[in-house]
Amino acid sequence: MAKLPIPPSLRPRPKRPGESNGNGSPNGNGAPPTIKRKAADSGISVVDWLDERTSLSAGARWLMFRKIPKGTNWFYTLGSASMFAFLSQAVTGVFLAMYYDPSATRAYESMRYLTNEVFLGEFVRGMHKWGSTVMVILVFLHMARTFFFGAYKYPRELNWVIGVVLLILTLFMSFTGYLLPFDQRSFWATTVGVAINGTGPLVGPYLNDFLRGGPEFGMTTLSRFYALHMLVLPGLIAAMIGAHLYLVARLGTTAPPWMKAEIAPDLRKDPS
Amino acid sequence: MSVPPERKPPKKPKTTLEAKIPGAFEGETVTRRRFMTGTVHTAGAVAAAAFTIPAVGVAVGPMFEKKEDTWESVGPVADFPDDAYVPRTLTIERGIGDVGKSTVYIRKHNPKYDKEPKDEYNDFIAVSTRCMHLGCPVRFVGASERFICPCHGGVYDFQGKVTGGPPVRPLDRFYTRVRNGEVEVGPRFSVNSELQRFSPRDPGQPLDGIGQYVYPARPSARKLPGT
Repeated sequence: MAKLPIPPSLRPRPKRPGESNGNGSPNGNGAPPTIKRKAADSGISVVDWLDERTSLSAGARWLMFRKIPKGTNWFYTLGSASMFAFLSQAVTGVFLAMYYDPSATRAYESMRYLTNEVFLGEFVRGMHKWGSTVMVILVFLHMARTFFFGAYKYPRELNWVIGVVLLILTLFMSFTGYLLPFDQRSFWATTVGVAINGTGPLVGPYLNDFLRGGPEFGMTTLSRFYALHMLVLPGLIAAMIGAHLYLVARLGTTAPPWMKAEIAPDLRKDPS
Repeated sequence: MSVPPERKPPKKPKTTLEAKIPGAFEGETVTRRRFMTGTVHTAGAVAAAAFTIPAVGVAVGPMFEKKEDTWESVGPVADFPDDAYVPRTLTIERGIGDVGKSTVYIRKHNPKYDKEPKDEYNDFIAVSTRCMHLGCPVRFVGASERFICPCHGGVYDFQGKVTGGPPVRPLDRFYTRVRNGEVEVGPRFSVNSELQRFSPRDPGQPLDGIGQYVYPARPSARKLPGT
């Protein structure tokens, strides 16, 4: 088997010092090191330098080399897919923010400029726009997988709760982001959305004032939505994803419901 | 049955002196470690509150700020008949261009239709185009004498009362007054199905029955006092 240039600290079972690795040490056969070998060695020494000072490799091993149950299948990738959808939104969003102006008189013009004049602007905006829909769909599929596989049961209830918070935050992202292009559709959709929010008894009227920053759609409403969309909610989502992943790594994943537990032969009632 | 004295839990020392802590002062009740811990926690809480409270204040402040009432002239008295609406564009919110503008339908008070009590603010009737279902813009269709909403089919009669669809109360109105022969349109108010005046509410919030208590008026928008 060809030796992969993975730093020893990241391998599942690092070799002990002095132990023969069976494939010859870098200079074991006496030949001068190749360029490739040298490059790999310098990479390894960088990682080793970091690891000696941070001990991150133990954490990386803990996160990456986990036991997973028999029967794990493609449905288990929906959570990662949701996370990558979020990362895509975060990256494209940062670059959209370079061109966006959250002022009621200039927002539409800045979006028009981004879409029509900026190199690849329409493409990146399109990724962000369609990516938001993809993210909502993936989050719902991930939730459906968790529900139908019974993966929300003890001891993973807290992870389900965090997941619901993430779902709500994702929908808040959709709601606040919808206003930002500031065309007719987004303005009236947000008008309707805020009015729906206001039908909540007792607190609805006050929540509306909070969302708009006043009794009417005004100077600060758009910047309010923008700040929520690009600072508050992404920060909360990133933190919640961290907690979600920690619990996944700590508790492990569940087998699909159709997998039967295998009983050790000597424990079977009817040994055969 | 009482617990025998030898099995009672030992009495908790009241002072550090009783607890036999080395170097204790007489009458000292809090250990120095505990005091330091409390001091550091308090300092942290004060530091966190010092930026959190003002930040939250900035975010929620506008909820409690009353907007100044503005009056905007919409044309001479003779422009507005008492049997048909004339559309005018009103600036609801300044400084945000077209977004802050809204269409208002205005007509002269007509005793044939308008049975609500007469006062200085309703010589002219100014009806808002904000649909009271969810806030879409309604338009007045002259042929049927109805306000019609394009979004979900809300229909209102000549006075703005609901005659069909999902809206929960009649169309909002604006105070009007006459100054120097010009009609001026002032702040918004909401009405219930009897066309009684209430402080402005958002769309979707009914005002009949217990509606006015379920959807309380906000400090940021009030009807004119005494109306």
